[in-house]
Amino acid sequence: MKENQPTIFEISKPGRFALDLGKGDVPACDLETLVPAHLLRAKPAELPEVSQPDLMRHYTALSTRNFGVDSGFYPLGSCTMKYNPKVNEDVCRYPGFTDLHPLQDPESAQGALELLYNMAQHLAELAGMDAVTLQPAAGAHGELTGLKIIKAYHRSRGETRTKVIVPDSAHGTNPATATVCGLETVGVKSAGDGLVCLEALKAAAGPDTAALMLTNPNTLGLFEKNIREIAEIIHDAGGLLYYDGANMNAIMGLARPGDMGFDVVHLNLHKTFATPHGGGGPGSGPVGVKKPLIPFLPVPVPSFDGQKYGLDYDRPSSIGRIHSFYGNFGVIVRAYAYIRAMGPEGLRQVSEDAVLNANYCLSRLREDYHAPFAGNCLHECVLTARNQKPFGVKALDIAKRLLDYGYHPPTIYFPLIVEEALMIEPTETESKETLDGFIRAMREIAAEAGTDAARILSAPHSTVAGRLDETAAARKPVVRWKP
Amino acid sequence: MKIPKELRYTKDHEWVRVEGTVAVVGITDFAQLQLGDIVFVELPGEGAMVKAGESFTVIESVKAASDIYAPVSGKIVKVNAALADAPDLINQDPYGDGWLVAVELADGSEPDGLLDNDAYTRLAEEGQ
Repeated sequence: MKENQPTIFEISKPGRFALDLGKGDVPACDLETLVPAHLLRAKPAELPEVSQPDLMRHYTALSTRNFGVDSGFYPLGSCTMKYNPKVNEDVCRYPGFTDLHPLQDPESAQGALELLYNMAQHLAELAGMDAVTLQPAAGAHGELTGLKIIKAYHRSRGETRTKVIVPDSAHGTNPATATVCGLETVGVKSAGDGLVCLEALKAAAGPDTAALMLTNPNTLGLFEKNIREIAEIIHDAGGLLYYDGANMNAIMGLARPGDMGFDVVHLNLHKTFATPHGGGGPGSGPVGVKKPLIPFLPVPVPSFDGQKYGLDYDRPSSIGRIHSFYGNFGVIVRAYAYIRAMGPEGLRQVSEDAVLNANYCLSRLREDYHAPFAGNCLHECVLTARNQKPFGVKALDIAKRLLDYGYHPPTIYFPLIVEEALMIEPTETESKETLDGFIRAMREIAAEAGTDAARILSAPHSTVAGRLDETAAARKPVVRWKP
Repeated sequence: MKIPKELRYTKDHEWVRVEGTVAVVGITDFAQLQLGDIVFVELPGEGAMVKAGESFTVIESVKAASDIYAPVSGKIVKVNAALADAPDLINQDPYGDGWLVAVELADGSEPDGLLDNDAYTRLAEEGQ
């Protein structure tokens, strides 16, 4: 494979074209007669001119450089990179969905509205919530929606609450969301066992507490077993509990955030519900709420009067729209197909297998890699490069070496509270053979740290590009092709 | 790992050097080693008030973005503007050219309450 694949502009030759469009059968006319002069280009756009074979080879070559769940194992911690069943792609392309216009009369879009209505019901049931909005476009957007709802709720009660409590193991999006919402973040340290320190939480909670944002299981893959007490502390202070659904894949059908005391939940359809994640497509981050918060949900809310489905805009306390139309509809259709195919038992088995796979990795790797927390994990496990550090091998180097074995590396240097962290989330869709292959690679790298550290430090060796200078890329980024 | 004798330290790995009524503040050698290559420093404005224990700036490394907490309270009278173009000064010389800000002390005795060299050395060793 060529390291420096030229850009499509570099292979351009004047006069070449990929498709002969033939002669038009409508009379030609001057652009000036159709488009106002000030909107016309002064000179023609510099579009690439290439032949069809060159065009196909160029993009096919680029596509082979991609790595996704369809190409290999992708144990990126806290991201739930599970396999996306292809039948869901088929279903979301049914003409009944793709030929709809978002502004057409609800009367003529009953099937799509029924799907939205049912989907909200299913997600509410899974999360233990009373109502769900499907509008948010991804997890962080769900957080923003959730905090806006919480803010509106406090305001409706004549209260001004400005602080959001976030544990130090939280996802970076949690404090970022609080800041975007105009609220102040208060950090709470974890105790030695990796769980929220109750004493620190008691000290942080007070009359200015708007909410606590928590992931359960937390980012260390540990279940916050004191969750009821945590909820009591926050509720006693008059605050609400926000559940970051990033780790929902651990507890589906086994435990519900609503039963733990959470008031608001977001779910990531692109993680837990098997829709494409990352570059594979837009996300979706539905938000569920408990009853007292329903009036504040974004408009419109899909409704059903017993006979017909509709869109309810008459909600004076709503925080307003947070997405155009009804959310990322195609993603919702995929996730709906997934939920219906799996059924309640299937979804429970998803979580059970996800937890089993993570514990299998943890138990087979904890001899070679330091495990900072005793006992079992849930759907993901955190190891560290502490045993390899004396040889000069860090988490980053191990991640780079894994590329030579054909694996996407785990998440590294997160959670921030664990030094040299390697965070592995295998998901339920991987076979024992795949996990064994990954474990073997990890063990070989651990052994190699002692025998040939230089080989790890200069990895990757088998990829198109070798070790990239990430520091220079961050300090002096080159973000355009022509200077 | 260098831990100069004459400086005062915090448990969050900031250092303070008192020069009259002004405290020069930076992050320790231990902190820069933990962070790895630093790529961006969000410099606060001169004249801004800082409060001991509260975040006053963010340092971004290839690994993470980290809050930096003010070791003392007072007014920022000078900012190390060189860091805008050369954030790596913190990696190269954390106690010298890599200083962050100078703070006019609200309470001249506040630095006395910070960790001394011995106490910080113990803390850093535990963290390793």
